[in-house]
Amino acid sequence: MTPKSPPRKSSWSWRSRAFRGLVYQVVALALIGLAAWFLWSNTLTNMRVRGIQSGFDFLSQPAGFSIGESLYPFDSGESYLRAFGVGLTNTLRVAVAGIVLATILGTLIGIGRFSRNGLVRALCSAYVECFRNIPVLLQLLVWYLVLTEVFPTIQNAWKLGPFFLSKGGLNFPAPVWGPGELWLGAGLAAGAALAWGWRHRARRQFDLTGRARSMFWVPLALLLAGAFGGWLAGGASTVLDYPVKGEFAVENGGALTPEFLALLLGLTMYTAGFIAEVVRSGIASVPAGQAEAASALGLDRQLEIRLILLPQALRVIIPPLTNQYLNLTKNSSLAVAIGYPDIVSIANTAMNQTGRAVECIAILMSVYLTLSLLTSGGMNWYNARVAIKER
Amino acid sequence: MSKLTKHWLPLAFALGALAAAPAAMAGKTLDGVKSRGQLVCGVHTGLAGFSAGDSAGKWSGLDVDMCRAVAAAVLGDAEKVKYVPLTAQQRFTALQSGEIDLLSRNTTFTLTRDASLGLNQTVVTYYDGQGFIVPKKSNIKSAKQFKNQTVCVQSGTTTEKNLTDYSKANNLNIKTVVFEKEEAATAAYFAGRCISYTTDASGLASIRNKVAQNPADHIILPELISKEPLGPLVRRGDDEWFAIVKWTIYGLIEAEEYGITQANVDQLKTTSQDPVVKRILGTGEDMGKLLGLDKEWMARALKSVGNYGEIFERNVGPKSTLGLPRGLNNQWNKGGLMYAPPMR
Amino acid sequence: MDAASPSSADWRPVAPRPAPRRTEGAWPWMRANLFGSWQTTLATLVLGGLLLWLVPRLADWALLRAVWAPDLAACKAMEGVGACWGVIAEKYRVIIFGRYPFEEQWRPLAATVLMVAMLVASCTRPFWKRWLVVLWAVALAAFFALMYGNTLGLSKVETDRWGGLPLTILLSSLSIVLAFPIALLVALGRRSNLPAIRAFCTIYVELIRGVPLISVLFMASFMFPLFMPPGLTIDVLIRVLVGITLFAAAYLAEVIRGGLQAVPKGQVEAAATLGLSYWQTQRKIVLPQALAMVVPSIVNSFISIFKDTSLVSIVSLYDLTGALDLAVNADANWKPFKLQGYFFIALIYFLFCFAMSRYSRWVERQLNAGRRR
Repeated sequence: MTPKSPPRKSSWSWRSRAFRGLVYQVVALALIGLAAWFLWSNTLTNMRVRGIQSGFDFLSQPAGFSIGESLYPFDSGESYLRAFGVGLTNTLRVAVAGIVLATILGTLIGIGRFSRNGLVRALCSAYVECFRNIPVLLQLLVWYLVLTEVFPTIQNAWKLGPFFLSKGGLNFPAPVWGPGELWLGAGLAAGAALAWGWRHRARRQFDLTGRARSMFWVPLALLLAGAFGGWLAGGASTVLDYPVKGEFAVENGGALTPEFLALLLGLTMYTAGFIAEVVRSGIASVPAGQAEAASALGLDRQLEIRLILLPQALRVIIPPLTNQYLNLTKNSSLAVAIGYPDIVSIANTAMNQTGRAVECIAILMSVYLTLSLLTSGGMNWYNARVAIKER
Repeated sequence: MSKLTKHWLPLAFALGALAAAPAAMAGKTLDGVKSRGQLVCGVHTGLAGFSAGDSAGKWSGLDVDMCRAVAAAVLGDAEKVKYVPLTAQQRFTALQSGEIDLLSRNTTFTLTRDASLGLNQTVVTYYDGQGFIVPKKSNIKSAKQFKNQTVCVQSGTTTEKNLTDYSKANNLNIKTVVFEKEEAATAAYFAGRCISYTTDASGLASIRNKVAQNPADHIILPELISKEPLGPLVRRGDDEWFAIVKWTIYGLIEAEEYGITQANVDQLKTTSQDPVVKRILGTGEDMGKLLGLDKEWMARALKSVGNYGEIFERNVGPKSTLGLPRGLNNQWNKGGLMYAPPMR
Repeated sequence: MDAASPSSADWRPVAPRPAPRRTEGAWPWMRANLFGSWQTTLATLVLGGLLLWLVPRLADWALLRAVWAPDLAACKAMEGVGACWGVIAEKYRVIIFGRYPFEEQWRPLAATVLMVAMLVASCTRPFWKRWLVVLWAVALAAFFALMYGNTLGLSKVETDRWGGLPLTILLSSLSIVLAFPIALLVALGRRSNLPAIRAFCTIYVELIRGVPLISVLFMASFMFPLFMPPGLTIDVLIRVLVGITLFAAAYLAEVIRGGLQAVPKGQVEAAATLGLSYWQTQRKIVLPQALAMVVPSIVNSFISIFKDTSLVSIVSLYDLTGALDLAVNADANWKPFKLQGYFFIALIYFLFCFAMSRYSRWVERQLNAGRRR
């Protein structure tokens, strides 16, 4: 006798997990939609009742304020959009420089904690404990206070060769961009291509024959040679704009303001403490047996680090390192407390002059979101590249 | 309870609660102030002479006295004020949102603020201008010597824009260093980071006398590069409250014109025969009723803070620490700009 | 008998071998760690020389020639030569308690001590029981009663007078406590099978984690009033608290999600075979394991929220960092010694954060006791 098949469960009953899931989602969406509508309608009502205008049309209006420092010239008659652009370049300036410096400093300190010298180990530990446990805003304020109090006035600026150091900042000779610089760029690109080609060939040779070739110094030399050659071809005519101490200001030349220096120093030293911890935990996560096996195979220290320890350590280091880079970029928003015109400061000024709080904060948040996505996207790509192919 | 009720009933309840959210209140400020029994006044975080709180929590200053006068007129007691210290950035949103009833924070009257922020400008209580403070040893005598210099300024104020306009008009290429908080800006100036700090001349006097280590080491340059009429603001959409605040301040100015002082209010209430004085003090026609207040409104305000001249002398006048002259803030018949419309 | 075997007359005592080189003790440690090789020795000499030059000068400035009494004349006389800790002695009440009324400052002191005691107690094993939640509720109620007053005969003190250390501790503890349930739900939602809920939770976390805290605070203080129905106003402290809570919840959600991911899938499958529902599985099987694994990370989150409360000084709430501005900026006499004030606050933050990070490391060791080599 054939057994009867069990009765089919109706897919619309409450007993069906799929149906329940659907209902929960619909309800959740309805609640969220209701809340969003509530907030949105309140905002519109409030803005209408108070006569606050809205819209992004203010971006084409002339800004009416000048910006203390910028990578490219900005005049107060230019639009708000350009002012935001200046703010963005200022933020990027300090973020990129900070990331590079903090990585170098943090890696050195992280490795220093494994040093054979007890004094170096103790100093690195002290550094990490000290700078990680004090809020970054406080560190920035202290650095700014020290830089503005300790540095001499412009009249008595410290002079070191062509450099001036004073309360007005660090003034250095800046190259003036002429047509020869185009050749420099071309030479740099050619040098980069040669360096990449060398590395590619060296890697293939290592895979085939086992002979290791220089992967860093020779490509670097090729890069610099290409740049130098391009510069020569352009006529070797770089003119340097030297700073000249005027009566109240140092004129000409390039300048790094104390705000930028304080922000850079503060962010670098704070983030380096965290990066040191990340590097340390990465190196410590490699099982001790790996190093032992490497020496059993007869690999010297250089190859052991490059082929065995670093790839495994990088796997553990890169995700938290990405976090620290994002934190540094976001912490640069504290520039508003010490007078550096980054994008938060520009958005603040725009908000006050036009009254469009919602729009300016929306612009601010989207800029930071984009920067975060770009940084984590870049680091994810790098992570995938150095990932160990597992079974 | 069936399964359906267990799942759907709480849901319906939550949705109902959300839908029954408070309906938009009309926001009659006067009713709000009266029912609360307290006037919420937005003031500066600490500007000596205009609004500054001491460590015991007592506030004093010209702007504070305006708040006290309004509180005395509306609530009967000048002490029934809650002072909310606000930075330059927070002040307008605090007023727009209803967090404060009155913004008395040496705010400049401009077209943008009147037209696009949903606020109403009441009465100018101090005619000022934007000036510069420089160290004496810099030997700078005029703002036109600021070529390529750095000037510290606070963000969120009209000063930034004025400075840029002045720099452009005179081809000075001034570099601005903009700080979020005023204390940071003045600290940078006193540390020597900038050659000058710029704000309203009254603010400069306050800073020089209170914050500078040695006031004699700093001078305020004679140029005023802009007009800065300062005064209290209220929200748009409440004409009744607007009228009350406006006419309280006009009453203080008119009282000085007609010689009513804090000391002689009671005496003049009984003895004066001048119809104008009688109207102000409420012994003649009842002006307060037209505003929604009782007839003693101006008398109470004058009794608690005095007339405009007394307020000025006490807080920012030549004998106070700020030592500012009456100048443009004198009565119209004494060469100044204070002209109160007649209270009738 | 063998002719080659030695007789008893041929026994000669062997000279005692030299005692082994000591490997314990101060001198052997220094030999190994400071002078191991020529590079190490060079580094020791350079760094040691630097420290020997720097440390006495620092000690001189900070301790020996410092002025400890709140004496303005003495401080000015020793300016540049000795630190002026007198500024702390003079202003410590404003720095630690903000603008709280002077006579009533025993109340924030008691409230802070209560809160710190609760935090320390919650970290120790004897307190990990169910009634801890009730105890926390009582402690929070007591905290607000002490600070706000208006009951039990205490005078009312508005929230805009709150400041200094009590405000810092209040903001950080309350935001973590409130953020925890939100973070739990968001982390579970992010791993849920329902796409709408997963999308919403992901958007929330990525949005909040992608923007700096200061923009969230600006939004809280400028835009929250616009979101409310006209006429309804919320205290600025509550607005900032909501901002910090939402921020903390996003970061905590990621931490908890890491823990949830580390629970082996077999656990959930075994729970399914036992017939447990989703919420029963989470409550009884998954969450206890997941949360136990990420306790050190949660403590780290608390440390960073504690440090991030210093940002509220930019939106004009006078926490510990802002209270220093309050204390010293308006007073021209003590203003030159602001740096000493900064060091004092840095010390307070350091003590709190260092203690918390030590605790986090202790917890980590307890949890990994089985895995240590």
